[in-house]
Amino acid sequence: MTEQTRTTTTTQREAPRIVTRTGPGKFFADTAAVFTREILLVLRDPFTLIFSLLQPLIFLGLFGPLLTGTFGGGFGAEGASTADTLQWFVPGVIVMISLFGTSMTGSNLLYEVMTGSYERVLATPLDRSAILVGRALKEFAPLLVQGLLIAVVCIPFGFTFHLLPALFGLALLGLFGIGVGALSLALALASKNREWLFWGVQQSLLFPLLILSGMMLPLEAGPSWMQTAAKFNPLTYMVDAERVLFGGTFADTAVLWGVVAAAVTCAVGLLVGIRATRKAV
Amino acid sequence: MIRARGLTKTFSRRKETVEAVKGIDVDVAEGELVAFLGPNGAGKSTTLRMLTSLLEPTAGEATVAGYDVVAHPAQVRARLGFIGQGNGGGFSYKVVDELHNQGRFYGLAPEVYKERAADLMAALELGGLEKRSVQSLSGGQRRRLDVALGLMNHPPLLFLDEPTTGLDPHSRANLWGHITAMRERYGMTVVLTTHYLDEADSMAERVVVIDHGEIIADAAPGVLKRRHADDSLTLVVATDDGAAVRAALPDDLGDAELTAHGTGLQVRVRTAQGAEELPVVIEALRVAGITTTSASARQASLDDVFLNLTGRSLREEAAA
Repeated sequence: MTEQTRTTTTTQREAPRIVTRTGPGKFFADTAAVFTREILLVLRDPFTLIFSLLQPLIFLGLFGPLLTGTFGGGFGAEGASTADTLQWFVPGVIVMISLFGTSMTGSNLLYEVMTGSYERVLATPLDRSAILVGRALKEFAPLLVQGLLIAVVCIPFGFTFHLLPALFGLALLGLFGIGVGALSLALALASKNREWLFWGVQQSLLFPLLILSGMMLPLEAGPSWMQTAAKFNPLTYMVDAERVLFGGTFADTAVLWGVVAAAVTCAVGLLVGIRATRKAV
Repeated sequence: MIRARGLTKTFSRRKETVEAVKGIDVDVAEGELVAFLGPNGAGKSTTLRMLTSLLEPTAGEATVAGYDVVAHPAQVRARLGFIGQGNGGGFSYKVVDELHNQGRFYGLAPEVYKERAADLMAALELGGLEKRSVQSLSGGQRRRLDVALGLMNHPPLLFLDEPTTGLDPHSRANLWGHITAMRERYGMTVVLTTHYLDEADSMAERVVVIDHGEIIADAAPGVLKRRHADDSLTLVVATDDGAAVRAALPDDLGDAELTAHGTGLQVRVRTAQGAEELPVVIEALRVAGITTTSASARQASLDDVFLNLTGRSLREEAAA
């Protein structure tokens, strides 16, 4: 087919050393490589973690007192205090962080799709599923740190929690966050270069999910259709479980339902995410 | 290194089916430097993406670096470097972090990828930029980082999709210098797409012209020009006797195009070998007693080739 004859330059030539991972270990090694790249961003710039706590802190500082004022004794004890409100509200805010941060994680990917670095990653021999799983797994660690920070900040105002159940609660949240993160990544891949689509879907889901979880205001006061809708919201079970766990109890059916909700969200998210990764090129 | 047969890709958007690549056959031997040339939307990038296993062909097959692109995509990817149209480096990352990440993606040991990253940064004039964020780099630096990322696995085969688009002429020349040097150094086969005619002409040893998803010509640039286009000679003579000029011109030339030029005539003729023919023509006119006041020969360009093959000018399409 070619018309010219070429002699390959042999001087200075290094024999290419190609390394290929194979077998079942490949998935785990590849996932670790992707995870390392993602977590690097957090490690290199830890202040973004702190800044992303600003919004939940505003909720705590400005919304919390209103709750106390409005509901007074609505939280069980006679003449509810700030401490009682915090005990009810903080676990909800911690769940809120998990939803805010992880649902936005796709925007990073969206950006990488647009600039071209996602294509570069796809052109490497990385396992396709690992590209998604490694990214989604990264949501776990920041949530643990952020949740703990919020809880500690509230201690001076009368918030109390037991470390072990609370840590379990945060781990549960991490699992949930992986699922939401994976869904956000799938949304980013489906949006491709249509940024508005990503933000449109993310924003229009965020608040209905939050409100219908009883995170900000008790749903007991709402109409029955809202209570029914809340039953289909996995976030409801997360909020319930976190309240019980931060209250220091393990043995409660709410915890069990929380575990189920987190596990299902995680599994569905990863499945949808992996499918989106394999499909989108 | 590459063997593709009947490579086809159809996209369906809504109810419309677009045949982007229509059964391409192409072979690339080890060590070649091949440019896929064609207008935007001709199917160059789609072909490249199928050869790099990023896009699954609708039909046909391709073996790249010894492996089938559909059956063993990971093996294919492990053996090639791919530099896409966008920027490979994540904008929020530091330069050195991204190179190390890339090494981990290829399963390299830390001491290997660290050494390669340092080595490539030095070779590609990225020394001193290790700790800078990709975002803060200039366009040319970012493109050199793309090349470094594409070479972290020391691939025997390098693909570049529109590598110099968007770069200023100086950065383009600089990037080409680096690509050529890296090719020598690693003995790589290089396949690229471009719509820059002069780039394909001066850099590639072989040009594959693609239009509407099909290969319409495939040869060395010189051969393509000899086969599909003519050089042209333009002379101004000090006579207005057209018949005399035509009679004086050598017989092997094409039909002359004469236009009035001052008191004389401008003569345009096409010929296969302009540089050699020009003095012959001047001499023939002189013998016939016609004085030539100015003369020039223009070599055929790849655009002439494209124009003759398709009836359209690639230069105008690129500008449009």
